[in-house]
Amino acid sequence: MPETILPNVTIYEKVLAATTHGERLKLCLQCGNCSGICPFGYLMVYPPSRLIAALRAGRFDKVLDTDALWMCVSCYACTAVCPAQIPLTPGLMTLTKEELLLAGNVPSELQSALENTQRYGNPQGESPRKRADWAADIQPEVKLLGKVRQPVDVLWFVGDYSSYHPRVQLISKALAKILSALKVDFGILGPEENSDGDSQRLAGERGLFEMLAEKNGKAFGKYQFNEIITTDPHAYNAIKNEYPALGINYPVRHYTEFLAERIDQLKPLLKTEVKAKVTYHDPCYLGRANGIFDQPRALLEVIPGVELVEMSHNHMNSLCCGGGGGGMWLDGFQWEKAHVRLSEWRVREAHAAGADVLAVACPYETPRFEDATKTVEGAGSLKVRDIAELLGEAMSI
Amino acid sequence: MNVAVLVKLVPDLVEELTVDASGVALDTAWLRLIINEFDDHAIEQGVLLKERSGCQLTIVAPDVEGVDDLLFTASAKGADKLIKIKGDFNGVNNHALARAAAAVIKELHPDLVITGVQANNDLDGSVGPLLAECLGMPYVGYVSGITLSEGKSRARKEYPGGLIAEMDVILPAVLGIQAAEQPPRYVAVSKVRQVMKTASIEEQSAPALEPSGGPTIGRMFQPEAAAHATMITGSADEVATKLVGIFKELGVL
Repeated sequence: MPETILPNVTIYEKVLAATTHGERLKLCLQCGNCSGICPFGYLMVYPPSRLIAALRAGRFDKVLDTDALWMCVSCYACTAVCPAQIPLTPGLMTLTKEELLLAGNVPSELQSALENTQRYGNPQGESPRKRADWAADIQPEVKLLGKVRQPVDVLWFVGDYSSYHPRVQLISKALAKILSALKVDFGILGPEENSDGDSQRLAGERGLFEMLAEKNGKAFGKYQFNEIITTDPHAYNAIKNEYPALGINYPVRHYTEFLAERIDQLKPLLKTEVKAKVTYHDPCYLGRANGIFDQPRALLEVIPGVELVEMSHNHMNSLCCGGGGGGMWLDGFQWEKAHVRLSEWRVREAHAAGADVLAVACPYETPRFEDATKTVEGAGSLKVRDIAELLGEAMSI
Repeated sequence: MNVAVLVKLVPDLVEELTVDASGVALDTAWLRLIINEFDDHAIEQGVLLKERSGCQLTIVAPDVEGVDDLLFTASAKGADKLIKIKGDFNGVNNHALARAAAAVIKELHPDLVITGVQANNDLDGSVGPLLAECLGMPYVGYVSGITLSEGKSRARKEYPGGLIAEMDVILPAVLGIQAAEQPPRYVAVSKVRQVMKTASIEEQSAPALEPSGGPTIGRMFQPEAAAHATMITGSADEVATKLVGIFKELGVL
């Protein structure tokens, strides 16, 4: 392995400590693929390849003087194309955000999301006591583990937006009904659930992430269950790839994996035709980061009436909705810098693909894309639906 | 130069407030306390003064639920000394808080005392003027910027209608902060956790809490729907005639 001397030992050592294969950073050949594919690379003073060059040149302090790195949406596009296979997103990009955050270089929108998460366990600043309110009127009743105090087969980690966002709550309700129809023995943590913390971690708040993981780990430890399912790919990513290093080990699957495994049981229940041309948006943390591409598509394909079409960016090459890595809480900041939104780019592609429905599988996406359909010309009639909602519609529940 | 910041915790309005069985106080069973937003600005202003003039910055707060986190966070931002006033401060009014805090703050021989200009639970006036009275110091409120020089301070005071005055205030004095010169800074959780291991909170007992001077609460209640408004319709003349009739009936004409 060719050795390149990195003058800034501290940040380099941090990258090594924080990521598997972090040492590959030395292998950067400055090809610039990462900066080219980055959806906001053209706006960054230090896109990934230039960041590495600055690090090598001992000019990392210059990086801390700019705020353009907050344009990074942790979408893994750079990591996916790197010929040297450098883990850029979880390594250098996230670590640099940590340094920015420690230096107090934090946009105010992000600051309030982080402060809310610290205090209330969710970035929206909602009452933790109301975390399970969305499930109040659902029949059959959604089991609250703290209340029923009995073992369940599946612990459903609902997540922040799925619990509190009025639009995303509709998806949670659909999924609750699907699980019940499949006779899955499941329960939720409700007020004992905290934000999974993954997006906060990717926005540079490692300490907050660890605090949240500890709280969730403690809540998991109180109850008996066989596996965890998540609505949110970010929660899935955190519990699968990050929690184990903190001593929190549980089998976890995204709900699309869980349902795809029960596809034969699902099929006879899908009686109502959903006549639509549907295109599927691969969420970054389900697809690119964790390799789950087929299960969501398999679920869509069994819905009677659905014709699946692909957008020009799909699978590994999918576009980010703009919500990752703190992007969810940097909308104003990113708008000021870019005057474009990644969600609008995606909606334009869905419209160009001739789709009636843009199907998603991440709680960040429905509100982001629905907003974008209102601003992208001609996309007003495009419907944004989570896979759970489309399945629910086909099941008439 | 010694700068002291008095901070209080107030009911967090993210949780719904309920009145307890006595009918004159909040039910504390589900009540969560949070730093008074204006006091958070007072801490930020204190940290800015320390960064600019190298003063000794002390944060003083009553011992209630959540106070340790608040103090450690202030330390992570740059405060030098943390003091927790012991006592049963739950439901205590500002008169009692000001007297207790004054006893502690006096011992610090402060050149400047700053605190939030108001809080959501100020039922008996804000803390600042009460504290100034107890300490025998002048008070200026609605301050949004401070410059310190030997023996005096210049305060930017906000007035309604977008007017700002700059006034010299002879020290020692108490200033009520409307807003710090910059929004309160973010401090990473890892930094606060580090501080928790190294910083210490000094505990000081105050004389018995003395609430006299504040009002007696007769009844505490949620806003109640009052009688509906009457919509008067018709032409301008008809409306005017009806209005005159109503005013006569009410005895104002």
